[in-house]
Amino acid sequence: MKKLLVPALLAMMLAACSSTPDEGAALDDGSGVTTVNANDPSGTGIAALTDPNNILSQRSVYFDYDSYSVKSEFAQLMQAHASFLSQHPEMRMMIQGNTDERGSPEYNLALGQKRAEAVRQALVALGANGAQIEAVSLGEEKPRCYESYESCYAENRRGDMLYQGEF
Amino acid sequence: MKDFLSARLRTFVLLLLACLALPAHAQLAIEITGAGATRIPVIIPVFENEQVLPNSVSDIVRADLERSGLFQVMDNGVAPISANTLPDLAGLRARGADAALGASASALDNGRMEIRFRLFDLPRQAELGGMSMVMSPSQYRLIAHRIADYIYEKLTGQPGYFSTRIAFVVKSGDRYNLQIADVDGANPQVALTSREPIISPSWSPDGQRIAYVSFEAKKPVVYVHTLASGQRKAIANFTGSNSAPAWSPDGSRLAVALTRDGHSQIYIVGADGSGARRLMSSGGIDTEPNFSPDGQTIYFSSDRGGGAQIYRVSANGGSAQRVTFDGSYNVSPRISSDGRTMAYLTRGGSGFQIAIMNLANGQITKVSQGGQAESPSFAPGGRMVLYAENGSLYAVSSDGNVRQRLSVQASAVREPAWGPAPK
Repeated sequence: MKKLLVPALLAMMLAACSSTPDEGAALDDGSGVTTVNANDPSGTGIAALTDPNNILSQRSVYFDYDSYSVKSEFAQLMQAHASFLSQHPEMRMMIQGNTDERGSPEYNLALGQKRAEAVRQALVALGANGAQIEAVSLGEEKPRCYESYESCYAENRRGDMLYQGEF
Repeated sequence: MKDFLSARLRTFVLLLLACLALPAHAQLAIEITGAGATRIPVIIPVFENEQVLPNSVSDIVRADLERSGLFQVMDNGVAPISANTLPDLAGLRARGADAALGASASALDNGRMEIRFRLFDLPRQAELGGMSMVMSPSQYRLIAHRIADYIYEKLTGQPGYFSTRIAFVVKSGDRYNLQIADVDGANPQVALTSREPIISPSWSPDGQRIAYVSFEAKKPVVYVHTLASGQRKAIANFTGSNSAPAWSPDGSRLAVALTRDGHSQIYIVGADGSGARRLMSSGGIDTEPNFSPDGQTIYFSSDRGGGAQIYRVSANGGSAQRVTFDGSYNVSPRISSDGRTMAYLTRGGSGFQIAIMNLANGQITKVSQGGQAESPSFAPGGRMVLYAENGSLYAVSSDGNVRQRLSVQASAVREPAWGPAPK
């Protein structure tokens, strides 16, 4: 359901603000209503969230085994989402922390929360408003990869950033 | 946004079908994989006039006792033993049995039936006691389990668990079903079905309600669900994650883990969701609370000392004492109903195993066999523990000898919770 909902919602939001990243001119669509197009040369408009060429379409932060700190390789990604959130104070984000399947499901839920919280704090440190972001945990319950070997476990040690409409 | 939310809410209402009848393949299959070193030989003949009962009750009694791993049921063509006369105890003893059941059924005028039974100690040539029970035809399984409980308690000194129920979560395809069944797998019912995970079921002390964590809102939220009506209520739905519900012994409150202040901390909340208050503050993870049977103490897991270990604290808060010291990962504490032992999950050289600690002397027994066990849950009395491993449930005696595997065909079964003794 999420997959269907997201494009539909983003399309609605797009229609509402009618931003077209390619052109900066005022458009007349023939209906008599002229829309002033807010050009978005920096690529930080809402469409950027699903544009595969935009860093904002990257939503996952991966963690090392038994680790709950955001690695430096995700600094650019954190900065991009923090900037987006501060530029769109109306947007809300849910961060879902995940763990691999080993051990207690409830304890893993608490560990997943630590990952989600680490991502949240990184975004806040980079300028996002903490009230925009809810950190939650899915623990080991929603693995992206179902096999019991290390590369799969690594895929599941993850925080995912979802924007409103996606959760 | 509002429209999206309410549309989703409606979808979910459609998904939450309470008390569905299950297709036959969804029933638990139980396989005995280990038995006690010495089993008590017992004679359980067909009941006198058993044909007046809607189904064979003696078969269910025999199956219960066999499955427990503590009895050798001698079913060698002994004629029915009337509950109304003294049998030839010496003759029964000569067959090698230590105990025998004499039982008689009769039809009553009002469509009900009566079962009278007496249990005999054959070495001592003495009666151990007996009962008379009146039942409606639909109660034959319950009555059989009660008779088996009686025999179990008289012959082992421990309360029986055959008339208890268990809860567990079955994942079939993309569906999660919170299921309730008798401990022998009979009478399966689905309490909740969802496309999102359900974990941590916890029985209220009276067995009428189950608390659990559902992810239907894309985050963990704690619900209390009344089994008879299917009605449920979110009792912890704060910002962040809400999980790990555990009932107080009087059923008035639950301990839960909330992350409303950032990391996982233990709170006490009324069973109706009222008055959440933080039990204590720690710099690390506190989760998996479990009340001692007297309600005075809460056991929990925490990384406050570095690794994950089990601690205990007064149910009024205050400072906590560490309980586990062996190894670097000890979590999921569950205290037996007599308060004497703790089942928990430990990580060692052979992976994740269920261990049982004698709380008086600290002695530890590992009772699981694979390396990926999780989610221990005691039977009432603490004689048996249920846990999950690799998509099946296992019931094992606290000495590790008696072992059963409980599975559902083509499905993964997890998150077991053994229900309370029926009142």
